[in-house]
Amino acid sequence: MSNIKYILGSFADPDEMMDGIDKLQANNISIYDCFTPMPIHGIEAKLGVKPSRLPIAAFCFGITGTFLGFSLLYYTMTYDWPINIGGKPSLPLPAFVPVTFEVTILLCALGMVATFFYRNHLFPGRAPRVMDLRATDDRFIIAIDAKDNGDHEKIESLLKSAGAVEVKYNERKYVSYE
Amino acid sequence: MGTHNHHNDYNFSEQFTFTGRAKVVSLVALAIGIVTIAIGLLSNDHVTVERTYANLLLMGYYFTGVCAAGGCFLAIQYVTQAGWPSGLIRIPQAMAYILPVASLILLLIIVGGLFSHNLYHHWFGEGLTDPDSPSYDAIIAGKSSFLNAPGFLLRQVAFMGTYSICAWMLARYSYSEDLHGGLNSYKKSFKLSAIFLVIFGFTSPIWMFDTIMSLEAHWFSTMFGWYNFAAIFVSGLCVITLIVILLKKSGYLAWVNENHLHDLGKLIFGFSIFWTYVWFAQFMLIWYANIPEETVYFYKRWEPEYKPWFWINVFINFVIPVLVLVNRDFVRNSKILAAVCIVLLLGHWLDFYIMVMPGTVETHRAFGWVEIGSALGFTGLFAFLVLNKLSKHALAPAKHPFLEESLHHQI
Repeated sequence: MSNIKYILGSFADPDEMMDGIDKLQANNISIYDCFTPMPIHGIEAKLGVKPSRLPIAAFCFGITGTFLGFSLLYYTMTYDWPINIGGKPSLPLPAFVPVTFEVTILLCALGMVATFFYRNHLFPGRAPRVMDLRATDDRFIIAIDAKDNGDHEKIESLLKSAGAVEVKYNERKYVSYE
Repeated sequence: MGTHNHHNDYNFSEQFTFTGRAKVVSLVALAIGIVTIAIGLLSNDHVTVERTYANLLLMGYYFTGVCAAGGCFLAIQYVTQAGWPSGLIRIPQAMAYILPVASLILLLIIVGGLFSHNLYHHWFGEGLTDPDSPSYDAIIAGKSSFLNAPGFLLRQVAFMGTYSICAWMLARYSYSEDLHGGLNSYKKSFKLSAIFLVIFGFTSPIWMFDTIMSLEAHWFSTMFGWYNFAAIFVSGLCVITLIVILLKKSGYLAWVNENHLHDLGKLIFGFSIFWTYVWFAQFMLIWYANIPEETVYFYKRWEPEYKPWFWINVFINFVIPVLVLVNRDFVRNSKILAAVCIVLLLGHWLDFYIMVMPGTVETHRAFGWVEIGSALGFTGLFAFLVLNKLSKHALAPAKHPFLEESLHHQI
């Protein structure tokens, strides 16, 4: 066996890439992933990508913020140092709403950004790893796991017939920006 | 090649046929409304007459607000050069087209209510601004340079007249686009929309201060205009969505799918939250600051006969849309979305009810044949006029420059 890990079909046109996906799937060739410089409508459904779980993370961060904001207000305004403001009760719930809301939004937003960075291995100072540099610029890439799909000549001919401008055989998974 | 160039075979020239059940039901509802209002206005009981006027104002304002929201939706789509709604734009166009009728009816109600002293009697009455009169009211006298009958009526005519002309012309441009094609209509619509939105944005709060807030003229809130704008815009969006769903159910609008409904649902979701935001901002500051001249509004609404409805209003118009429409699958389901639209339309009726009643019938609040009859009448009138207008033109603006984009809308 060769040391080829991934076969990359590089397209200049998103419609041709979508056609390539159809051709590969019609021949039972599993697609590892696709990389495009812009969002392509309908590609998730075609590739069978599961819906993102980011909303669940967002909810968890948000609810943490709700409890945190409310606890802060309850401790300072009701438990530790109650003050009579305009004759209102020492637990003025309507007045708690804005702060609780803001802390919820703050934690939700920061938490989602952190989750996104964690999930995509993006940390400050780390060079992002991509499978094809031009996928961030002007090429639409279909990546195929070379070990799982044996007939490389057939893959290449399918990609070429769909309009691929280049087919690469990579021994390394990632190229780095460094 | 290409997944996007499969040819569509939609019949863009299809027209709505307004016959049968829809026509009968809307005319029967209108007849019920006319009978109810006639009985109410001819009643010997002063409270019943005042209650009828209050309901006329409520529904006339709701009707005009929804039509104005149709025009506003249309203008926003042109100004943002949005493509997604162009397949369903005939519905807000029909609503905008009948805004002159709605405005005229509201104007008649306002003039009748003002001069019969059934509405606006907090600031319009004998001796209120005369220092020698026993009924002299220093607060009203101080506001009388703005809040006087000639100025009030002049503003009503000027504001509603301008909104009506702009909305009507926006609809007309699109209808003439069907005949002549080209980009001329679109460019004119873009310019008019920008002008209309600036005028509407700056003057609609004043129009709402006049029409509804001045019912309790001693009280004031600068949030009131935005609060009302949010209410009429949510209602307008719900009406548009409901008509789209009903037309689809009857086999029309094949080119409108769950992606368009999803976007309409997102707008309803967003503007419901915006409504709550303004409602709460107005309420919370007044509640916490506790200044008597401001709390008088909420004091009246916390009397036993209004308090449960006051809280039910927030529950219906905030909790229900937020919990239901946050779910992608629910928003894309036309049955669930239609149910939410109906609930929100009822909810905003209650919202307007709580705005209007304490300043008119005060403690004689009631819910009965006058409320139901006038609500039915105005709904029937609205349905008749809008559906009649829809039946006059093709249901798709076939020469709209963004129609193709709307067909491929996917979210």
